Amino acid sequence: MLNVSIYRYNPEVDSEPYMQDFEFDTQGKDVMVLDVLEKLKIEDPTLVFRRSCREGVCGSDGMNISGKNGLACVTPLSEAVKKGKLVIRPLPGLPVIRDLVIDMSQFYAQYEKIQPYMINNTPAPAIERLQSQEERAKLDGLYECILCACCSTACPSFWWNPDKFIGPSGLLQAYRFLADSRDTATEARLANLDDPFSVFRCHGIMNCVQVCPKGLNPTKAIGHIRDMLVRTAT
Amino acid sequence: MANIRTMTFDAVIVGGGGSGMRAALQLAQSGYKTAVITKVFPTRSHTVSAQGGITCAIASDDPNDQWQWHMYDTIKGADFIGDQEAIEYMCQTGPEAIFELEHMGLPFSRTEQGRIYQRPFGGQSKDFGKGGQAARTCAAADRTGHALLHTLYQGNLKNETTFLNEWFAVDIVKNADNAVVGVVALNIETGETVYVKSKATVFATGGAGRIYASTTNAHICTGDGIGMALRAGFPVQDIEMWQFHPTGIHGAGTLVTEGCRGEGGYLVNKDGERFMERYAPNAKDLAGRDVVARSMVLEILEGRGCGPDGDHVYLKLDHLGEETLNAKLPGILELSRTFAHADPVKEPIPVVPTCHYMMGGIPTNVNGQALTVDGEGNDHVIEGFYACGEAACVSVHGANRLGGNSLLDLVVFGRASGMFIEQQLREGIDLKDASEADIEAAMAGLNHLNDSTGGENASVLRAELQTIMQNYFGVFRRGDFMQEGIAKLAALRPRIKNVALGDKSNAFNTSRIEALELQNLFEVAEATAITAEARTESRGAHAREDFQERDDVNWLCHSVFFPSDKRVGKRGVNFNLKTREAFEPQIRTY
Repeated sequence: MLNVSIYRYNPEVDSEPYMQDFEFDTQGKDVMVLDVLEKLKIEDPTLVFRRSCREGVCGSDGMNISGKNGLACVTPLSEAVKKGKLVIRPLPGLPVIRDLVIDMSQFYAQYEKIQPYMINNTPAPAIERLQSQEERAKLDGLYECILCACCSTACPSFWWNPDKFIGPSGLLQAYRFLADSRDTATEARLANLDDPFSVFRCHGIMNCVQVCPKGLNPTKAIGHIRDMLVRTAT
Repeated sequence: MANIRTMTFDAVIVGGGGSGMRAALQLAQSGYKTAVITKVFPTRSHTVSAQGGITCAIASDDPNDQWQWHMYDTIKGADFIGDQEAIEYMCQTGPEAIFELEHMGLPFSRTEQGRIYQRPFGGQSKDFGKGGQAARTCAAADRTGHALLHTLYQGNLKNETTFLNEWFAVDIVKNADNAVVGVVALNIETGETVYVKSKATVFATGGAGRIYASTTNAHICTGDGIGMALRAGFPVQDIEMWQFHPTGIHGAGTLVTEGCRGEGGYLVNKDGERFMERYAPNAKDLAGRDVVARSMVLEILEGRGCGPDGDHVYLKLDHLGEETLNAKLPGILELSRTFAHADPVKEPIPVVPTCHYMMGGIPTNVNGQALTVDGEGNDHVIEGFYACGEAACVSVHGANRLGGNSLLDLVVFGRASGMFIEQQLREGIDLKDASEADIEAAMAGLNHLNDSTGGENASVLRAELQTIMQNYFGVFRRGDFMQEGIAKLAALRPRIKNVALGDKSNAFNTSRIEALELQNLFEVAEATAITAEARTESRGAHAREDFQERDDVNWLCHSVFFPSDKRVGKRGVNFNLKTREAFEPQIRTY
């Protein structure tokens, strides 16, 4: 039997959060953490978490699994169980709505702040805008972000300033548009980021890289944005 | 008294996936007050899981490609019960809709000329089936759905659409004239119930693959729109037509794109034989999905399956080389390593036909207007009610959808619905307000659930439902088995109606949502079962052991399921092409 310790908090009932222990029979199988939660929910219907695709592409089930942020649906017990125990908490740093469900408003607000959409006011051609394979390759490692918030909620700078520091996820997306040969708003985008907090609160500790379930590298993208900001300043 | 708050919009869209967000974008751009009700944050919608691409004759891979060839392929793929007018509209309008997405920033993969990359997909031909395989499926690596969904969300942010994120639509509100005037919806975070009032209600609620035990579909694909429509007494069309995708990962159910076979991968049995050469000598592994899925099941049933239990076959990709796989199919490498513990660079992926797509749905015309059918077989528009995407049956997929056509369907008809509603709003829509009693009627199911005492666990009931559907209404179907399945479903209905609600709190109560979803799944399952038993022929995805031939005399038509008396009626297929003569039914071979 596997000992599973889960963060519980229901604002209607609990004055404060607590950790609850469950027993889970793995039947010797290396199932995913989400499978464990789904089974435990049958016993305890009050256990609450988000989930959708169950294959690591929708970004619903980001949570803190035995100390590391990740997606429950693609984290097998063989990676998740530490010292014979599985400890599941909500992603850190943002308000908890209930159990493993966090309020992501601040995370989404930072995403919206970077104007996450193509800006190109030149008349569109009758077909697609052309883009070379080399230009398109610059978007690899950027457009794949699933907005799970594993990275931003692993970032101490984001914990301190979730209202002012864009955070790794938002900055990765900011660079996704800066790097796109079809986007014409580079100057405005950089001006929008050019303050002491939006970008420069990143201290390059790379927690984001360590936890990204899609293997993306926000720190590298932030470095590119810094370079662009420094270049426009001189 | 229905003592709840009312929120009013010009148009309300239920569902934040591809079709819902495309419709919303159109309406938001026009300045009408538009809201999207979505039970998950929009980018968590199931469109995100689409991999291989969006099929459309943009003439990038082949400068001579024609939308008419795509139209022919789609009509043939549908086994001739797709509505030809709708298919013509989709294939002709498609390129414009694709270019719009590209202009919005969708990061398509590129050709050496800098145009959108297109890959071969099943059932796609040149020159009306005479010119060989076509590469017509526009792709962003193997993450096309992700790229498309995020681009649409971004477009909606730009145009300031109102999102009611993590809200769940419970039931349809009808007025005295039987017109749809909004929905009752539940704010998941707070538990508040609201009447969302609108002159145009669009159902873009996606599919219901979770009626089966083994499915590529996300947990959230529970047919909520279909459930609501049926409970409101509206019919559904061709609901017996369920696509089983040939390549779901054995055991896990996760999708492996048809793009794998498009890029040169192929299926083998336990003897290492490329068996599709026997079943479809020309198209081989790129025959229609229904054809490939049946061939796989036959291989398994005849003892040539792979693995210790002989219950799957292999998809071989290693011969394509690591570089190609990394560039073209990076997501598949990730999924296979995670869920099959197989590295496709070195070894084949164990795959099995897995429930994937609902061809049927709410019948609509090309403007997205939902329809019902009277006793004489005449169509009638349901005022105020629209549907698009997988929840709708417009019908461009007929009895079998071609790969890459679902994304095209949702973009083209999300857009068309939005444009039509915009025009209607401009001309003025006059619908009677709902009375207190009308709103209360839409609250009845939720109130019953909230008041429940006792009952059985939703997860347990759901598993029972899924097992019945899997066992009795799978790839191959037989009348006596199906009758048994229908009886089992009938016995399940009262148990599901009285499902337990083990959590009565208001804050983010996912147990309440799961119970409501289960009731929606049940409505879809029952409609599927009764209609499948009624269609006494084999056509497209509907393969009967007791009626093995296609029967054009009796069944070259849509089925229509009427929930009030559980009757299966028929509706004519549209053969009215605007640009040429109709394609007459022919024997369908690949």
